[in-house]
Amino acid sequence: MADGINGTDKISVLNPVGFPPKITPKPMAPRLESLDGKTLYLVDPRFDDSGLFLRQVQDWFADYMPSVTTKLVEMSSVYTKDDPKTWEMIKANGDGAIIGVGH
Amino acid sequence: MHAIALDSKYGVPTVAIHTNAFDKAVQSVIRMHGMPEARYTFVPQPVMGKTAEQLRAYVEGKSPISGRPVMQEVIEGLTRPAEGDRIKEIKFERSTPRMVDSDTDENLHHLFLENNWTDKLPIVLPTEKKVREMLARTSRKPDEVAGHMRSNQFRQYWEFTVEKVAVNAVMAGARPEYFPLILALASSGVSARGSTTSSMAAMVVVNGPIRNEIGMNSGTGAMAPYNHANATIGRAYGLLSQNLQGGSLPGDSYMGSQGNGYAYGTVTFAENEERSPWQSFHVQHGFKPADSTVSIFTGCRSTAFTLGVREKFWREHVRNMLRGMDAHSAPTFLLDPIAARQYIDRGGFDSKEKMIEWVYENALMPAGEYWDYQLIQNYIYPRATFGEEPYASKLKAAPDEMIKMFKPDEIHVVVVGGETNGYWRIMGCNYQKTVSVDEWR
Repeated sequence: MADGINGTDKISVLNPVGFPPKITPKPMAPRLESLDGKTLYLVDPRFDDSGLFLRQVQDWFADYMPSVTTKLVEMSSVYTKDDPKTWEMIKANGDGAIIGVGH
Repeated sequence: MHAIALDSKYGVPTVAIHTNAFDKAVQSVIRMHGMPEARYTFVPQPVMGKTAEQLRAYVEGKSPISGRPVMQEVIEGLTRPAEGDRIKEIKFERSTPRMVDSDTDENLHHLFLENNWTDKLPIVLPTEKKVREMLARTSRKPDEVAGHMRSNQFRQYWEFTVEKVAVNAVMAGARPEYFPLILALASSGVSARGSTTSSMAAMVVVNGPIRNEIGMNSGTGAMAPYNHANATIGRAYGLLSQNLQGGSLPGDSYMGSQGNGYAYGTVTFAENEERSPWQSFHVQHGFKPADSTVSIFTGCRSTAFTLGVREKFWREHVRNMLRGMDAHSAPTFLLDPIAARQYIDRGGFDSKEKMIEWVYENALMPAGEYWDYQLIQNYIYPRATFGEEPYASKLKAAPDEMIKMFKPDEIHVVVVGGETNGYWRIMGCNYQKTVSVDEWR
C-alpha cells in the first residue's frame, strides 16, 4: 500500500485504541421472594444531598409497605472508596439494599 | 459500582438509584463489570438542592428513562430473578486489531472522526512509516506493555503497548524526538480525559534537559498555542488518554457537564528553570537537576490571576484570590519570574517551601462557609465525620472560626513565563505524580 500519495490511493494505518480488560461475568445475588417482613438498608453515598433523597424513600416504605423495615446507613467515607465494613454489616443484618443516588 | 459489589460479592440483592443524566454511563459500567442485569432505576437530574417535597415527588414519580414508576422498579429489582439473557450480549474475549482496514486518506479521516478517536480537530493518519519513525526514538520494544489507564475509579483499566502510544503521538502531530516524554505521560496511568461531572482537565509541567533538547517553551506564551512541542505533546496526552482507556464519549464515558477548554491541548509547558529564583519542581520532588521529568496535575478548572505583588496589600490580595478558589481544589501558583522575585522581595520567601507555608497559613475561611460548599460536603465531610485528620479537627471549629482551606502538601509553586510583565495566576488542581522521561528514552 502507498503511504498516502494522493486522494485515491488506499493507505494502511494503525488502530489507536487500547486493549480492553477481559470481562469476567459476575453472579447476581438470589432475589427475594417478597419484601414482606424484610429489612432493607438504604445506603447513602453522601453525594449531592443523597441522604435527603433516601429519607423520602424511607418515608415511602413507611407509608406504602410498612411491613418492610428500612435502615438508613451512610457510607464510611466518600463515595469513591470501597466500604467493606458497611457491606459486611448489611450482609449480616439485612435482606436487601438500595443505594442512591448514584453518580 | 458499589451496588455491583454488594450484589455479586456479598450476596445482598441490591438496587441502585441514579439520576437520568447517567443512563449511558450506567449501561457502560455494568457491562464492563460483567453484570449486565444489575438492577437500577432513575430519577430526574438533579437531586442536589431539591426540597424534601420535590424529592418525594421523584420517589412517587416515574423513571425518566423507562417511564415506569421508580418504586416499582426498585421492588422488582429486589425480587425479580435474574434471567441470564443479557449476559450473552457481552463479548468476553476481545482484542483490538493492530490495523484499520485500508482506505483512502479522506475516508480514513472520516472513520477516525466518526469512531471518536480524535479531539474533533484534524489528525495525522498513523501510517506504519510514521509510527516506525516514532518508535525509533525509544529503546523500548513496540509490543512492550507501556501502562494501564481508565477514565475514573468506577471504570476498569485498559492496557496499552508502546506502539499504541506511538500511534496516538503520530495522530497528534508530535515529532519523534518528543516520544520518550509522551511515553512517560502514558506510563503514568493518569488520564488527561478523566470522567467527572466537574469537567476537569490536566496540566503537564516538564523539567530538566529534555525541555531544551526538544525546544519546549517556558517563556513568553508558554501556556498558549505558540510552540510545537508544548502543543503537540499536550494534544498527544489527551488523544492517548481517550483512546487507550477505552474512550471519552459524552454521556457514556465522559460526564463533564460543561466541558473544559483546557482539555483541548492539555495545559502543557516547561518550567522556566533558568529564570526561576527557586529550586525547580522536579528537584522538589526527589529528582536531580539533570533528570528529565514530567509532572502531572489533574482537576484543572478554577483559575485566579492578577498582576504583580503589591507592597501595601499583597497579603490581602492573595487571601482574596485564595478565598475565591474552589475550596476543594488546592492552589498551584504559576508565577512569571518577575512575580516570583517579587514574592521574595515582599514576603522574604527565599524558597518555594516558605511561600507554600505562608499560603497554607493564610488560605482561611469561616468554618461554616467551608463545610457548606457542595464539593466539601461530597468529598471532605464524609472523611471528617469518620475521624480522618486534619478534617476531623476542622469539623470541631465553630461556624465563625477561621479554618485552613488546604493542606500544605497540596499547595505547589511553578515558575513559567517570559517576563513581559509580572502576571501570575493560581490554578486550582491536584498534583498527581512526577515521572522520569529518561526511563523511556
